[in-house]
Amino acid sequence: MPGLPKKLVGAVARVRATHLGTGDRCMAVREAEPAGSLQEVKEAGLDREDLLAIYRHLLITRGIEERGHILYKQGKIPGSFYTGRGNEGAAVGVGTAMGPNDVGTPLHRDMGVHVVRGVEPWRIFAQYMGREGGPTRGRDGNVHMAVPELGLHPMVSHLPAMLPVATGMALAFRIRGEKRVALGWFGEGSAARGDAHESMNLAGVRRLPIVYVCDNNQWAYSTPTYLGYPIEHVADRAAAYGFEGVVVDGTDVLAVYREAKRAIEKARAGGGPTLIECLTLRMEGHAVHDDAFYVPKDMFEQWAEQDPIERYRAWLRGQADMTDEEEDEITSAVKRILNDALERADASPLPDPAGLEKGVFASQEDLDTPHHK
Amino acid sequence: MAERTYIQAISDGLREEMRRDGRVVVLGQDVGVYGGAFKVTNGFQEEFGPWRVLDTPLSETAIVGGATGAALMGLRPVAEMQFADFISCAWDHLVTVAAKQFFRGGTPVPIVVRLPSGGGFSGGPFHSQNPESSFAHIPGLKIVCPATPEDAKGLLATSIEDPNPVLYFEHKHLYRRIKAEVPDERYTTPFGQARVHRPGDDAIVVTWGAMVHTASEAADELQKDGHEIEVLDLRTLIPWDKERVLEGVRRTSKVLVLHEDTRTGGFGGEIAATIAEEAFEDLDAPVMRIAAPDTPVPFSPPLEKAFIPQVDDVVKGLRQLVEY
Repeated sequence: MPGLPKKLVGAVARVRATHLGTGDRCMAVREAEPAGSLQEVKEAGLDREDLLAIYRHLLITRGIEERGHILYKQGKIPGSFYTGRGNEGAAVGVGTAMGPNDVGTPLHRDMGVHVVRGVEPWRIFAQYMGREGGPTRGRDGNVHMAVPELGLHPMVSHLPAMLPVATGMALAFRIRGEKRVALGWFGEGSAARGDAHESMNLAGVRRLPIVYVCDNNQWAYSTPTYLGYPIEHVADRAAAYGFEGVVVDGTDVLAVYREAKRAIEKARAGGGPTLIECLTLRMEGHAVHDDAFYVPKDMFEQWAEQDPIERYRAWLRGQADMTDEEEDEITSAVKRILNDALERADASPLPDPAGLEKGVFASQEDLDTPHHK
Repeated sequence: MAERTYIQAISDGLREEMRRDGRVVVLGQDVGVYGGAFKVTNGFQEEFGPWRVLDTPLSETAIVGGATGAALMGLRPVAEMQFADFISCAWDHLVTVAAKQFFRGGTPVPIVVRLPSGGGFSGGPFHSQNPESSFAHIPGLKIVCPATPEDAKGLLATSIEDPNPVLYFEHKHLYRRIKAEVPDERYTTPFGQARVHRPGDDAIVVTWGAMVHTASEAADELQKDGHEIEVLDLRTLIPWDKERVLEGVRRTSKVLVLHEDTRTGGFGGEIAATIAEEAFEDLDAPVMRIAAPDTPVPFSPPLEKAFIPQVDDVVKGLRQLVEY
C-alpha cells in the first residue's frame, strides 16, 4: 500500500507546533502488571505508614457504605442508596496517587477518593440523610457530593457529564501553566456517550494534564460489557485520541496506585493525558433496589475471591509484616470514627425549607473561595 | 463616544474585558485564526495568543462543559456557539451541570455563552432560532438579550463579571444593521433593569432583542395617528424587570407582549401571566401577544417573512389595542 500523504506540511505544521507543541503520541494499550514486593511499592513512592493509611482508607470506605446500607434499611435515608462495593481498591488507589493541588470529579462508586482526600465521614452520613451538614446541605442526595476545598467537585447523574468538566479544569491548568492535574471518572457504560469522546478528543488535541479513570465494573445497571462496547478494553480507545491506555486490575489497590501515579506525574510533566481502565466487578446491584439477578452467580463467586480489601490485607501481612496489633488498632480506630460520625450526622439538622430559594444564584462574595483563585 | 455597529460593540466589549482581566478566555469553533464565523473575535488571537483564544474541535459539549470546569478553577471563560441553534448539543452541560452546580455544591460557575441568534436572512431552521425561553425555564441560568450597541457592550461586561452562567443572546439581524453612539470607556449595564426605548402613555410594548426595533418602527406609524406607544426593552429575561413592566401596564392600561421566538411556551406567556396575576384590575384590554407561529423557522423568504413578526403585524396589533 502506498504511504498516506503527509497531512501537516509547511506553515500549517509550524502553526500546530507553536500552538500545541510536538511530541510522540502513544498508540498502544498496555495491560498493567500486578503489584509486587514491598521494595517495588516503596520505589513507587509509598512508605509503610502510607501502606497502613491505604488499609485504613479501604476500611473506612467500605464501612461508610455498609453503615449507610443499615441507615437505609432503618428508613433514615430518603431516595435510593448506591455503593461501590468491589471498587474500593480502584478508588483508594487513584485517590492516593493524587497530589495535594490536583482536582477530580469522582462518581458514585468512588467513595474511596473522598475518603483519601479527607472528607469527614460524618458529612457523608449527613449527605445520605439529607441533612444540613452534608456537603450539598440537603440540596442533592446520595453520592452526588464533594468538598471543593479538597479538590473534588460533585458529580451529576448524567454520566459521563463530568468528563468535559474535568477536561476544562485541566485546560485551566494548562492555560495558566500550573503543574496541576485533573482526574475525570467514568464507567464503562457511560463510555458509550459523546461526552467521553468529545472530552478525550479535546484533551488529546491540546495534550492536557488530565487522567481519565474508567471504573469498569462490567455492568451498566443490567447491561453487560459486550452490549456496551465492541472492543476488548475501553482503554483501547485512548489510541484514537493519541494518548496511552492502560488496563489494570481494579482489585489490586497497589497496582492501581502505581499506574495512577505514573499517569498523573506524566501529565504534570507535560506528557498529556492517560486513560486508565480499572477492571472490577460491581459486587451489588446498581442500587439498593436491584438484586442483580442478571449477573451470573459464578461471576460473583469468582470476583469475591479477589475482594480488594481482603487481598490487600493479605499482602500487608505477607509483604509488609502487618502485625495483629497494628491490624486491631486500625480496625478499632475505623469503628470509632464511624460511630462518632453517625452520631454527629444524626445531630445535624434537616435543612430549613425557608432557605430553599436562596442559593440558586451566586453572588460576588461566593467567588471568594480557594477553588476560584 | 463613537458610532459603532452592534457587532463592533460586542467585539469592543469582549476585547476590553480580556485586556483588563487575564482570567477571561474565549473558546469555540473558528474563534481563533478565523476570528469567529461573524468576526466578533477578529484579531483576538494575535493580541491574546492561542491559549486565551482557543480554537476547539467541533464539540459543543466539550466547549460548554470545558468552560464550566475552567470556571470552577478560577477562569472566566466566554464560550462561543457558532449559532445559538447549536446550543442544543450542549444542553446537558448548561442545564445539568452549570445551572445546578452552585445550588448543589456551593461553587459558582462564572461562564458566558455567546449565542448568535435570530432570523431575518434565510438562515433556515438551524441558523435562525431564538431559544431563550427554553433556558429561562432553568433555575440557575441568566438570560441576556441586548437590543442596542450600547447595551451589547455594557451587558457583555456585566455578563463576564457575573458569578453565574450567563447566556448572552446576540441577535444576528442587529449585527451590522444597527449603529449607534457607544461610550468609549468601560461601563457595565445592570441586569434586570428594563430600558425605555421610546416613551409613550397610550399603550406599552414589552419586548427584547431585534423586536425592540420592529416595535419602534410600528410605534412611528401609530404616532402618525396621534398615539404615543411606549417601547420597553427588557434587556435581560432572567432576571426580568417585573416592577417596571407592571408600572407601564398600570400607566397605559394596554399592553402588547412581542417576541421573535415561537408563541407556545415563549417567555411572553410568563410576562402575560404575571400581568394577569398582578395588574388585572389596571387593564383596559386583554393582554395581547404577537410572536412567531409554532413552526420551525422556514428558509424561503416569503415563508420567513410570515414567520418573523413584521412591522405591519405590530402596527395592526397596536391599532387594535389602542382602539379597544
